[in-house]
Amino acid sequence: MTQPTPPGRSPAASAVARALVERALAGERRALARLLSLLEARGPEAATALRALYPRAGAAHVVGLTGPPGSGKSTLVAALAREFRRRGARVGILAVDPTSPYSGGALLGDRVRMTDLAADDGVFVRSVATRGAVGGLAAATLALAAALDAAGYSRILIETVGVGQDEVAVARLAHTTVVVSVPGLGDEVQALKAGLLETADLLVVNKADRPEAERTVAELRLLQSLAAPAAWQPPVLATVATRGDGVAAVVDAVEAHREYLAASEAGPRRALERARAGVLAAAESCLATRLAAAARAPGWEAAYQAVAAHERSPYDVAAELLAALDLTTEA
Amino acid sequence: MSDAPPPPAAPARPETARAALAPPIRVLVAKPGLDGHDRGAKVVARALRDAGMEVVYTGIRQTPATIAEAALQEDAEAVGLSILSGAHLTLVPRVLEELRARGLDDVVLWVGGIIPAADVPALRALGVAAVFGPGSPMADTVQFVQEAVAARRAASGAPRPSAP
Repeated sequence: MTQPTPPGRSPAASAVARALVERALAGERRALARLLSLLEARGPEAATALRALYPRAGAAHVVGLTGPPGSGKSTLVAALAREFRRRGARVGILAVDPTSPYSGGALLGDRVRMTDLAADDGVFVRSVATRGAVGGLAAATLALAAALDAAGYSRILIETVGVGQDEVAVARLAHTTVVVSVPGLGDEVQALKAGLLETADLLVVNKADRPEAERTVAELRLLQSLAAPAAWQPPVLATVATRGDGVAAVVDAVEAHREYLAASEAGPRRALERARAGVLAAAESCLATRLAAAARAPGWEAAYQAVAAHERSPYDVAAELLAALDLTTEA
Repeated sequence: MSDAPPPPAAPARPETARAALAPPIRVLVAKPGLDGHDRGAKVVARALRDAGMEVVYTGIRQTPATIAEAALQEDAEAVGLSILSGAHLTLVPRVLEELRARGLDDVVLWVGGIIPAADVPALRALGVAAVFGPGSPMADTVQFVQEAVAARRAASGAPRPSAP
């Protein structure tokens, strides 16, 4: 089925994007790296590329890892990748770090813990900066994971800092969400209760060689026991990722969750939830970009002046701004 | 003064500017070899980040192969090597070799660290685009990366990186 070229899109650029997809899916690693950049930059070529590759993705199992800064997520991701490799899977890693809201730049340091993986061509590690806009991270991550999936990486690990709504949205795009905690965080467990815990399919207490590790594990198990009984009870596991302790058990649990999803009606339900979350993130991102551009248009100065002078309500001007948005052209 | 160029428009907020303009510059900062002194590399990485770039930092004790592989996977447009060990004439050719083996001939390679002036021509002859020794102003490195990546993007027909 061919689709007409929407106005404003260059057919040549579309052909380049489709050629890049073919080369990346044929196993050319540099083409895959370029494809990931293209998808991350969004725009019409990214839409063309994702349209071409998305039907060829869907075989991989996507694991989202989230948790507070300093909980050892990068080290755990590297250890999990090694264990998945030992079991014969090809592993794609997306390591997300925050973009500075001031400079727009980002320092991406997760590779520091993954040096040895660079020597293994069954692993592809990509650092991803959050780049700011609402829904943008989730929308981009979804596309990047699909590209790695279509390129034959059968286990995809997405690592995010577990703060901020956008990062939680990324966790929701995974088949299996792993929430990483560490001993001695105290109130952190309280914070986990508020949201992250509910999205967890698997809880990991890392740095379990520290004092109070057993107490943290016990607290989390207690919290789990208070939840309503469910077909899948998220296990609480202890690891020392730097030594590899407990890592095989985490991989076992991820695989058990994958099999649970495949065998029960939870699988199709989860697939629909992921699809809805992905579409919503893409729509939010598109809307946020257009809205920001529209709000900068010079015609709105007078309205902002009126709001600044308390002559008009910001809600009313916002409603006008939304009503004036042109949503008919493709992003 | 009426013929003076108009003042530049106030910069748009990064998240909105980025969607409309070129993506941020992606740079890899790496430390090959056995010296573990990475303060310089971290200072440079931080300065590039503050100039609006996405900077991937590899950590210390990288091999030429892992540096080139990281540059490939990260789609880095420029690679900065920090070398304080004196082994630059051994390490730089090997990094270039690994980059070329992966088809990354067009990636901008620059070197910083303790490099005797006498060695600079040899490094430049190998294909190193710039060398920054002790006392180089940080602004020089930032400006070099911005201009070199802009030229590389212009050559490939990609949109030029936006000013921060």
